[in-house]
Amino acid sequence: MTKGNLTRRGVLKTGAVAGAGLTLPTYLRAQDSGFTNAPTGSTVTLGFNVPQSGPYAEEGADELRAYELAVEHLNGEGDGGMMNTFSSKALKGNGILGKKVEYVTGDTQTKSDAARASAKSMIEKDGAVMITGGSSSGVAVAVQALCQEAGVIFMAGLTHSNDTTGKDKKANGFRHFFNSYMSGAALAPVLAANYGKDRKAYHLTADYNWGYTTEEAVKSSTEAMGWETVGTVLTPLTQTDFSSYITPVLQSDADVLVLNHYGGNMVNSLTNAVQFGLRDRMVNGKQFEIVVPLYSRLMAKGAGENVKGIFGSTNWHWSLQDEGSQAFVKSFGTKYGFPPSQAAHTCYVQALLYADAVERAGSFAPCAVVEALEGFEFDGMGNGPTLYRAEDHQCFKDVLVVKGKENPESEFDLLEIVEVTPVDQVKYAPDHPQFAGGALGTCNNGA
Amino acid sequence: MFGLNRKDATLLAIVAALIVFAPFILNPFPAESGWAQFNAGYPDLMQRFVIFGIFAIGFNILFGLTGYLSFGHAAFLGVGSYAAVWMFKLLSMNVIPAIILAVITAGLFALVIGYVSLRRSGIYFSILTLAFAQMSFALAYSVLTPITGGETGLQLALDDPRILDAAAAGGNIPVPSLFGMEMRDSVDLTFGAWVFTFNFGYYFCGLVMLIAFYLSIRIFRSPFGMMLRAVKSNQQRLNYTGLNPRPYTLAAFVISGMYAGLAGGLMASMDPLAGAERMFWTASGEVVLMTILGGVGTLIGPVLGAGMIKYMENIISKINSDILHTWFAFLPDGLEDVVVGLIYPFIGKGWHLTLGIVFMLVVIFLPGGLVQGGQKIAAVFRRRSANAGGAEAEAAKQNPAE
Amino acid sequence: MDAIILQILNGLDKGSAYALIALGLTLIFGTLGVVNFAHGALFMIGAFCAVTLSRLLSLSHQVAVPGEVDFLGNPKMREVPYAYDIFGENLGATIIDWAVPLSILFAIPVMIGIGVIMERGLIKHFYKRPHADQILVTFGLAIVLQEIIKFYYGANPIPTPAPSAFVGSFDFGALIGFDPGTIIYPYWRLVYFAFAVVIIGAVFAFLQFTTFGMVVRAGMADRETVGLLGINIDKRFTIMFGLAAAVAGLAGVMYTPINSPNYHMGMDFLVLSFVVVVVGGMGSLPGAVLAGFLLGILESFASMREVIAIVPGINQVVIYLVAIIILLTRPRGLMGRKGVMED
Repeated sequence: MTKGNLTRRGVLKTGAVAGAGLTLPTYLRAQDSGFTNAPTGSTVTLGFNVPQSGPYAEEGADELRAYELAVEHLNGEGDGGMMNTFSSKALKGNGILGKKVEYVTGDTQTKSDAARASAKSMIEKDGAVMITGGSSSGVAVAVQALCQEAGVIFMAGLTHSNDTTGKDKKANGFRHFFNSYMSGAALAPVLAANYGKDRKAYHLTADYNWGYTTEEAVKSSTEAMGWETVGTVLTPLTQTDFSSYITPVLQSDADVLVLNHYGGNMVNSLTNAVQFGLRDRMVNGKQFEIVVPLYSRLMAKGAGENVKGIFGSTNWHWSLQDEGSQAFVKSFGTKYGFPPSQAAHTCYVQALLYADAVERAGSFAPCAVVEALEGFEFDGMGNGPTLYRAEDHQCFKDVLVVKGKENPESEFDLLEIVEVTPVDQVKYAPDHPQFAGGALGTCNNGA
Repeated sequence: MFGLNRKDATLLAIVAALIVFAPFILNPFPAESGWAQFNAGYPDLMQRFVIFGIFAIGFNILFGLTGYLSFGHAAFLGVGSYAAVWMFKLLSMNVIPAIILAVITAGLFALVIGYVSLRRSGIYFSILTLAFAQMSFALAYSVLTPITGGETGLQLALDDPRILDAAAAGGNIPVPSLFGMEMRDSVDLTFGAWVFTFNFGYYFCGLVMLIAFYLSIRIFRSPFGMMLRAVKSNQQRLNYTGLNPRPYTLAAFVISGMYAGLAGGLMASMDPLAGAERMFWTASGEVVLMTILGGVGTLIGPVLGAGMIKYMENIISKINSDILHTWFAFLPDGLEDVVVGLIYPFIGKGWHLTLGIVFMLVVIFLPGGLVQGGQKIAAVFRRRSANAGGAEAEAAKQNPAE
Repeated sequence: MDAIILQILNGLDKGSAYALIALGLTLIFGTLGVVNFAHGALFMIGAFCAVTLSRLLSLSHQVAVPGEVDFLGNPKMREVPYAYDIFGENLGATIIDWAVPLSILFAIPVMIGIGVIMERGLIKHFYKRPHADQILVTFGLAIVLQEIIKFYYGANPIPTPAPSAFVGSFDFGALIGFDPGTIIYPYWRLVYFAFAVVIIGAVFAFLQFTTFGMVVRAGMADRETVGLLGINIDKRFTIMFGLAAAVAGLAGVMYTPINSPNYHMGMDFLVLSFVVVVVGGMGSLPGAVLAGFLLGILESFASMREVIAIVPGINQVVIYLVAIIILLTRPRGLMGRKGVMED
């Protein structure tokens, strides 16, 4: 009947003589453990903060499924999934540091305010020692800053903007997902190889931070390949009908359209672009092409037939044949009946990476975890050999260039992998201009 | 007391008591029990209760008294929080200058928008305010990113100037404080199985709300308040008596804009980040809903409405199927799944559904909002204790408490 | 020049959706005096009528494909729609292809039914209540409707393509003397515009040339007098509510091939359609239509690069800016009547 998660309050309670009246006030800042929400009982609570309402609710639901699976594996239930293929063998399937993993969930609503409120309630009320999840960069950056301030670890979910590990990076925050720069760097050579080096690109860009960084990344990488950018137009986030942004493309001499859109924006802009016959168009004797820098299988499903043959990049795809991916797809598919999305993958991996870091550090203290994760090299998690870089807490790994499949065999089989871009090709210096500004600061243990 | 009549003084005292004892009232369940899920007595939510309470009290001064339905009030809250965060960035982490600037900025913003919008009435007024707020949102989210932080919101950074403060020690950003007392400081009190948290930031907000509430009582009871009510009941007649209602309605608009700015400033003080979503039309809609849900034109109603909506948003949305299963674990397996299956659509990701149903039920069965519900319950009790009290209760129903 | 013509076409197309939604909203304002925040939800439900029908038509059973396995190693299954079994492969495929236009027939009775139930079951009790209460109850209803749709259809957009006969573009320029290929416009968007014109025309004709419409118009002008003449105006208003719901629903059905529908598309249009109605002027049907097309065209022009270059961010705010300017220069919108919703 009772849910036995031992929270900060629960811990304090055990200190009190049962049934005794008033005990001395305990200052939050003066906890013996030395860090926020230190788990002292037999369980540890993690906070899964994902969008459950709003446009990314479907991705949030998939993230939650992945977290539930990760908790199962950490606690030694199920088939163990990627824990069997993970290069670090610190995890033993007996929870984290012997403590059973429990979790609380919340709804970010894809709004920074709501996401922070939800994360705060996990920290203040439920005693969560780590917060993870999210499906947009605005939310990731906001929650990351909150976790830094409160002294808990933040393991970012799906966030693609350069800023998350660029100008808004924080010492307590970590990102496994790839970013705009990597998308650009991976895509450009493939585009040049398929469409030629003499191309004129026209960008439609979502008018907010993620859009800006993606446009900049794709623009500079393709220009380095010899492409010319003939126009860039910002489109409002709330736009639903993109016809008035598409028709000027018909008037220009551009022969490639880059859609720096995500989610509903991407579904609609791509649908509209195809409606206006852009894909059947010939310009300067060349076939007109459309590119979507950041692909997601769930969004590809929304765009239906329109994604066929369109290039983009993703962090991971379930059709990968390496051991780790296969193990994950198998245990996820067995439990839920369909293959996981890239959002599910990154969240599952983040949960495991956190648990492993705690296990190796021998402590839940954020600073110890940060130390264990910084510069950590691992393999067997579906993306090949990966490095968690110490300078900006960004994972460096292979990037997938994909394109919409011409003959999908099921509603999940929408993308096919064109190339696995090796990690060296997407690496950049920590002080690269696209990531300039901001400082990691120092890790914060909170209390 | 303080120039209030006995009834108002009692109401103020009740509100004061509610604020002081909220950590107890909102944490009725032992920390370890399954029902602890429904506890709302943690700092962040308590702060939200009072901050949105202030927002709704201010909104009610405009809507409840003059009948002008502003559909863009969230813009003032947003502007207030931007102003406060900029103050933290540039001047000091002390909350006092931040809140003062937030109120002033929001007031000025309200003066401009109010001056233009109040040239029209009825739904034309509502749409004008909506248009201004939506423009503020759209610009803040995109073109004004250098000032507002855009999508990621305006945040503090390590290298902010903060000219009045000493250089930050270590690699962490300082937190908002009141002359050294940090807003996030908390004291836990353990009482048997119960744990109560007393948070400095919450009590600071509570004190501000008490003052705001007191001022709103004074406004409701003043000749100025009477004039506003005259605007609501018959503006034409007011015109014919030779009075120009515009300055009065504009004053009410600016005051309620300043309340919204105050709420925004406090919000930034509790959590130093200001996002553009705060100005989206749904946020403006929310305060309208809070006020109607609680009871338009009543003093306490908007606060209750704000509490109700924020409670659902923060508590119901966090219940997941896992928790449901632990609650109903005592049932036989098959039955447990059925019960969980029945409840599941209404909790967690389905919290919006519950909210929508509550809106409909309240407005259908309690035309006067939650306040009327309270009065009905009170009337039942009064009838039980003394049969003669019926007439009085009837009178109370006709004339909602103010 | 061709760029401008294209933007006018875009504007007319966007305006069609705005005008259709605003038309229904105004009908409800004008006849019942109710602020209906659930009107966007009706548009959304219309769109999901199309989704539902296309799903019903393509209901399938699974047939194992010999010799192949899926990602988990189980035998691979192929979906075969029942429609193929009933109508044969060719006719079945055509019917599935034409799901969206067929949905019109399906949506009309459904939407009228929903409208009448809504009016009789809920809205009726709110005629005499303040507008604030109407807003709260209809907003609550809108949330409930949208959450129900989300529960059954998920949060992702669902692609609902137009019949393949309408895929592709029409060379509009060649007709009016431009070079071929300069002004091309997708067939389905032209269909949507034509459809909107027909519906708007039909609603106006219905109100103008039928006795029923005459009574309704009289009721809009002075409800009490019409009631005193012994006419059951309530019943007619209920039917008008059903009609308004059907107009919103049809706008939704036909919109699905333009943009994949999702559960919150109603909320996306709600605020905009209120702005359209108010800019058009409260209680004026021609005003709502005019404002819908006007705002659609202005929105299209504002999104041109040349315009954004002069006023950055204008594409974000143009509709609201225009609304403010119009309301300040024309107190009751473009064609509003005095005294409607002014207090």
